[in-house]
Amino acid sequence: MATVELRNLRKTYLHEEIIKGISLAITDREFVVFVGPSGCGKSTLLRMIAGLEDISAGDLLIDGQRVNDTDPARRGVAMVFQSYALYPHMNVYRNMEFSLRLAGMPEAERRRRIGDVARILQLDPYLDHRPGQLSGGQRQRVAIGRAIVRNPRVFLFDEPLSNLDAALRGQMRVELASLHRRLGATTIYVTHDQVEAMTMADRIVVLNRGVVEQIGTPLELYHRPRNLFVARFMGSPAMNLLPARIHALTPDGMAQVQAGAVSVSIPTRHGGPEAGTAGTLGIRPEHILIDPQGAITGMVTISERLGAITLLHVRLTDGQMIVVQTGGDNTDRADTPIRLTLGEEHCHLFDADGMALAREADHPLLSDL
Amino acid sequence: MARTRTRLRQGVVTILGWAIALWMFFPILWMFLTGFKNEPDAISTPPHLFFSPTLSSYRDVFAREDYWHFATNSVVISVLATVVALLVSIPAAYAMAFLPGPRTRMTLLWMLSTRMLPPVGVLVPIYLLARATGLLDSRTGLIVIYMLTNLPITVWMLYTFFREVPVPILEAGRMDGATRWQEVTQVLMPLALPGIASTGLLSLILCWNETFWSLNLTSSIAAPLTTFIASFSSPEGLFFAKLSAASTLAVAPIMVFGWASQKQLVRGLTFGAVK
Amino acid sequence: MDKAAIRAPLTASPAGGGARSRGLQGFLLQSPAIMLLLVWSVVPLLMTLWYSLRNYNLVDPTRQGFAGISNYWYLLTDPDFLTSLENTAILVGGVLAISVGLGTLLAVLYNEEFAGRGIARILVISPFFIMPTVAALLWKNLMLHPIYGVYSAMMRAVGLTPIDWLSRYPLATLVMIVAWEWLPFAVLILLTAIQSLDTEQKEAARMDGAGMVAQFINITLPHLSRAITVVIMIETIFLLTVFAEISVTTAGGPGVASTNLAFLIYSRALLQFDVGGASAGGVVAIVVANIVAAFLLRAVARNLET
Repeated sequence: MATVELRNLRKTYLHEEIIKGISLAITDREFVVFVGPSGCGKSTLLRMIAGLEDISAGDLLIDGQRVNDTDPARRGVAMVFQSYALYPHMNVYRNMEFSLRLAGMPEAERRRRIGDVARILQLDPYLDHRPGQLSGGQRQRVAIGRAIVRNPRVFLFDEPLSNLDAALRGQMRVELASLHRRLGATTIYVTHDQVEAMTMADRIVVLNRGVVEQIGTPLELYHRPRNLFVARFMGSPAMNLLPARIHALTPDGMAQVQAGAVSVSIPTRHGGPEAGTAGTLGIRPEHILIDPQGAITGMVTISERLGAITLLHVRLTDGQMIVVQTGGDNTDRADTPIRLTLGEEHCHLFDADGMALAREADHPLLSDL
Repeated sequence: MARTRTRLRQGVVTILGWAIALWMFFPILWMFLTGFKNEPDAISTPPHLFFSPTLSSYRDVFAREDYWHFATNSVVISVLATVVALLVSIPAAYAMAFLPGPRTRMTLLWMLSTRMLPPVGVLVPIYLLARATGLLDSRTGLIVIYMLTNLPITVWMLYTFFREVPVPILEAGRMDGATRWQEVTQVLMPLALPGIASTGLLSLILCWNETFWSLNLTSSIAAPLTTFIASFSSPEGLFFAKLSAASTLAVAPIMVFGWASQKQLVRGLTFGAVK
Repeated sequence: MDKAAIRAPLTASPAGGGARSRGLQGFLLQSPAIMLLLVWSVVPLLMTLWYSLRNYNLVDPTRQGFAGISNYWYLLTDPDFLTSLENTAILVGGVLAISVGLGTLLAVLYNEEFAGRGIARILVISPFFIMPTVAALLWKNLMLHPIYGVYSAMMRAVGLTPIDWLSRYPLATLVMIVAWEWLPFAVLILLTAIQSLDTEQKEAARMDGAGMVAQFINITLPHLSRAITVVIMIETIFLLTVFAEISVTTAGGPGVASTNLAFLIYSRALLQFDVGGASAGGVVAIVVANIVAAFLLRAVARNLET
């Protein structure tokens, strides 16, 4: 049972503020993912929560108690490091035992706990192996096991899967998610991989240069990006973004938008943009349709066939490049002309400051929010 | 064609490698052999390659000087100076590697610069100080001085080794509840053990072979093997066999030790300069 | 922040503390080493400075008192002093040239695979373990003695007249003896450095058509630059203060032909009992060492940064 609350947390390092006032309330059992490009401060923020970095200003509360100046080990948090940081001179059992031994737990109790954890993580056969004798995936499990045995209130993960190959990463993702469901511990997870963020998080915190760009469920971030940064960051292949100008607004809330040779009318909610202002038109690759009658024309430059889907890179007649996602059975070849239609209700519109304008379209799961 | 060239090259490398190795080692080998000759054999011209080995020179050396007294001094002084130097430099190197401040780099270079002060420049005051404090010709005096002269080198070496230890492992220890003391003794030191070992090895060798201070500050009570061998230098310089036997006795312990720990030593000597 | 620090438990692991406490801890952990070295480097230095300004001869206790700069004047105008400086430079420069130059070549050689390489390597590095006194006695008597030395016997065997190396070419012979002691050290370090050379780099150079020599100059040598800096730094520390070898072999002679600065001061202090003069020499030696150190440390700092 643990909540974590960040109240206007700041971190200054050599006169430079790298965490610029972050507030966030994490509820019990929640799985929160910090995501962002490298250098956005996500790892620093995690290390501040862990107690490995000093907090320059603001308050950090775990279960309502201010822990700014509490030792890492007394915060009731456990951390899994990117490099695993296993003790190479101790075997697997000793690695997991270290914290329990330091805490003065009786031997029998220690053995029982480590036995339980080893069983959950299928580490029993390796207890007397040293980390150097284990594979990457096994080391990862030991690192997780070392965190679990302490029975922490909060789990912290710092890019734990980035050292694994693609197949193992996918497998560990599922294992971590099911482990979280089983243990039900509050979890904070840092990654730069938005697939991990999308698949595992209850809520995602998108960070950029020390500030929060947006907090929300994966679907919220995907379908209602608050600004251009989030729109660009979430989703792969990335959202197509075209510089645009809003020509006119009809009384029923339709915005007439011109982006180069592309002209669309986008349904907007009240309080929409003013006519004549500049902005950005955004559309995800899967919302562009190949349509022989389509008004938008271009040439296919490259087609990436991924099997299940095909990504077409299209140069529009006005020279802009966009990516179109279509089915695996697509037959368009490079250097052939193509006609496209935009799913207008799926278009995103951003104002000159990069802030998203409210839109009608949504994911069915989001409608009740 | 290419094959014969490779084989030719291989032959040249082998011959050259062995020729140079033997040339470098020859004086030591010759010294070792001469120690088993009698005096006439030792100075015969041309030198005898074959001779009937005798232990008479060794007997003479043992009869003249109490070898074990000097050897014990060498061991005690080298080991204690090394241990104390490590005890002082491990915390310093830890702080420099993991709690660096803006002045850390300067401090390190300054430490190294103190090692460059020529001992002869401060011989007079040190001699007078040692005499005033009763440390002249005492083991303690040499231990203190050896510890001080080696301190910059041990700090520097340990610093470079500690910097190779992945910080997250120490942080994991901190997360697991280790105090600073436990972090150093239970996580850092086992991890950096090879580095600490090679630092200690180098310090031992330097102490064992240090000549300037031992010759000038000791005469009998605390005299190590460097003084022992110096006593054979001038008056009996021409008793080659005895001289060789004594020299062999003086260098044998550290040489055998050096051979045995060669791999470990090599790691340490690189001062982190080799990656 | 301050209030929080007061509320923080006293038993807290220091690691969690604020930046200030980390700095304090770092200082406390370093302070024994720093204090010791500070005392060790400052106190004798000040004493040396003090004596260097006084008349102080152990044989003639009547002549006491302030001497001003006369000790320095006496020393700096002494032709022996200049000779000793020159000899010091030759000794340090000569040994460095031999050990770095030959050391690099030997490191390349002993990096090659050949039968018995492990034993050959151990034989090559063995002189490093020999104490200076023994090395000097060994060369002076067993090897280079004009009558009984092995080298003399070899020269006679090929019909040459043996040379009394130490009196004919005292300084060059000393350079040779000291180089024999320090070459192994250079080989040790440079060999380790070469072993860490990425083979892919060499293979890429071979694909680019680089021959053996081109590979050595363009790949191996740049790779060794850090290690060479370390060799130069460490050896200079010891070479500036070469003492036992001179004392045992030539005692600085003939005349002052093989007297370096260290030996000159030594002979003043302990052979002529002139504490004042010796101290002035000590100060000069320290100044010289500092000039060299300034250059070396700059190079080291630059080289070890990256």
